Amino acid sequence: MSRHVALAHRISGIALALFLPLHFWALGLGLQMDGFLAWTEQPLVKAAEWGLVVLLAAHFGCGLRVLAIEFLDWHEWQKSLAAAAAALVLAAGLAFALAL
Amino acid sequence: MSYRSDTTLWILQRVSAAVLALCVAVHLFTIVYAVRGGLSAAEILARTKGNQAWLAFYSIFVLAVAVHAPIGLRAVAAEWLGWRGRSRDACAFLFAALLAWMGMRAVLAVFA
Repeated sequence: MSRHVALAHRISGIALALFLPLHFWALGLGLQMDGFLAWTEQPLVKAAEWGLVVLLAAHFGCGLRVLAIEFLDWHEWQKSLAAAAAALVLAAGLAFALAL
Repeated sequence: MSYRSDTTLWILQRVSAAVLALCVAVHLFTIVYAVRGGLSAAEILARTKGNQAWLAFYSIFVLAVAVHAPIGLRAVAAEWLGWRGRSRDACAFLFAALLAWMGMRAVLAVFA
């Protein structure tokens, strides 16, 4: 379980790092953003956006787990922390899907 | 890189993680709030332009990300690709500079 969570943490981190330059580039367009926003209306792009929100929530949840284990010394809470990370991902994914 | 530099990077990674934990929590709520009813550039910018508090918040967010992401990728490069040494450190540093520059450019376009 911990190994899977660590792998999810790593993969979500790599994906987010690769996405960031694109994210910043799009926001840097400022007022010319509407053309880009029109592009994001496509169902496939919406699905990708949902994926990004879930990746962010996953990296956040897994990261909180690492901080709790390293700094709060919550080693015996490994399983509960992993479950909490999963719950957080689910909650963020649902909230974004409902808002879309 | 020496052990000492690796330790410094480890600390920077954790400190930036703590900052980002707060930023990402706020950002996730902001995303869900902002996308309700669709997005338009005018609507977004009407809310964001000239907002000093959000400008400060997202500036901190961007700079923490610019510290955090390259250190993480640097570790992955070593563990998964066996890529170590100065070329890896130089690439990590360039990526940090790219994120800081592009990120601040985005923050200024949206909030300044």
